Amino acid sequence: MFRRSGPTDCTIAWEGREIPARAGEPLAAALLAAGIAAFRETPVSGAPRGPLCLMGACFDCLVEVEGVPNRQACLVPVTPGMRAAPQRGARGAL
Amino acid sequence: MAAALEARARGIEVLLLDENLAPGGQVHRAVGGFHRPEPRAPGAAQAREGLRLIEAFRASGAEARFGATLWAVEEDRTVTWSEGGVAHRARAGVLLLCPGAIERPLPIPGWTLPGVMGVGAAQILLKSAGLLPEGRVWMAGQGPLLWLYAAQMLAKGGRLAGILDLSPPGGWKRAALHLPAALTAPGYLLRGLGWMARVRRAGVPVIRARALAAEGGERLTHIVFDGRREAAELLLLHDGVVPNTQITRALQGCAHLWDAAQACLRPVLDGWGNTTRPGVLVAGDGAGIGGARAAEFSGRIAALEAARRLGTLTGEQRDALAGPLLLRRQAELAPRPFLDALFPPLPAADIPDETLLCRCEEVTAGRVRAATALGAQGPNQLKAYLRAGMGPCQGRVCGPAVHAVMAAARGVPPAALEGLRTRFPSKPVTVGELASLA
Ligand code: FES
Repeated sequence: MFRRSGPTDCTIAWEGREIPARAGEPLAAALLAAGIAAFRETPVSGAPRGPLCLMGACFDCLVEVEGVPNRQACLVPVTPGMRAAPQRGARGAL
Repeated sequence: MAAALEARARGIEVLLLDENLAPGGQVHRAVGGFHRPEPRAPGAAQAREGLRLIEAFRASGAEARFGATLWAVEEDRTVTWSEGGVAHRARAGVLLLCPGAIERPLPIPGWTLPGVMGVGAAQILLKSAGLLPEGRVWMAGQGPLLWLYAAQMLAKGGRLAGILDLSPPGGWKRAALHLPAALTAPGYLLRGLGWMARVRRAGVPVIRARALAAEGGERLTHIVFDGRREAAELLLLHDGVVPNTQITRALQGCAHLWDAAQACLRPVLDGWGNTTRPGVLVAGDGAGIGGARAAEFSGRIAALEAARRLGTLTGEQRDALAGPLLLRRQAELAPRPFLDALFPPLPAADIPDETLLCRCEEVTAGRVRAATALGAQGPNQLKAYLRAGMGPCQGRVCGPAVHAVMAAARGVPPAALEGLRTRFPSKPVTVGELASLA
């Protein structure tokens, strides 16, 4: 889907799996570069979704970061060792 | 940034809140970092301008907070924002909003599949992380950004399976009327033609198409257009950009109007950028699409008006300083009618019934049309029938499409419908963030 034109300098964990990343880049970029297209399942029908806008508007990139749900992966900067996971089902109180 | 610079030059204290992680907005995003085009590459001149602006901004003494999401504005211009999970408040003498633009939605069947994204989104990935699309990559839609991004990614070694040109036929004929005005700023046209030429030279097939759909299960696998079916890993859609009015529409007493040429809502402003809400101004693409350079001039003009409101400039001083800026902004806006005529937004009536319009609540165009037939007058009434526009995006993405589909279904011009109202908090806020205010 995407390939990197620059180097990586750290790793992060996606559902416990290690993937290469670059500190400071949007978390969504690291996931897409690792071939991960689906970030979450919708609360309405359970359909898989991935980022659409990369600029904080669409909320289709919602993931869990360090156990906190409803984080927009396109606005969260990567930190080395960051742990993230797909968001499934209910989005809870918004 | 331009407004902050101008305001600082007039001795005004500035607090700048930016949701992005670094200065530059969308156009000058990551400039000097990952976004460092070769001197003659597409977008290079713009990148140099961005870098100059950012350097001047850093030296200006304006206080800047990045990663700061504004989510409420009170009557007395007290603003509330979140930064790293903690909420903050501050009161502004004058509040200048620069919300910028977002991509106009291009709803097609299957556009919610992972692997379907905006062209603008792909450009952000290129600028902020150096990502290049690979595999079976298709682009579809219309507009200058589509050609700029195609040229940029090809120059960096990216590959494209093809571009589906969805622009309504007869564009050049319609646009010809506005050509003389556009030629007063020939740089725009020449750059645009240069991007198109670069794409053709690279041998990328450019196919005129009308009906387009995305197919797949867990993710995109195919696209279908005009009876053809092609393997696809990534589909990048684009139908121009529209003002981001999420904050301004939530402001009580801030009037908006439907811009027929650009098919979108925008705030009602005077020439200085004043909204109908005292002390609240808007500058840049959030006020109507004009591009990055026009935005710079609008920002500076609005800052001069802010200085007058705060009493550091008299009315005459403001007028004298703003004169040349107003002229230069007008020159920057000259090519707009040409572009609007060349790339009119794709007609809402053509969106198939099975297409999801509201991605958050998964509401199809067919259901929106059915609710309209039952008597829903506009996007605000629609909420009583369906939950369209009530998900976390609050209509940021689906708003223009729902508006246009309902107008077409009722057979009235879009301007006859009241725009979707938004509310604060304009972004989801956690209990922790609320608690941090106490
Ligand atoms: S990708 Fe749209 S909000 Fe993150």
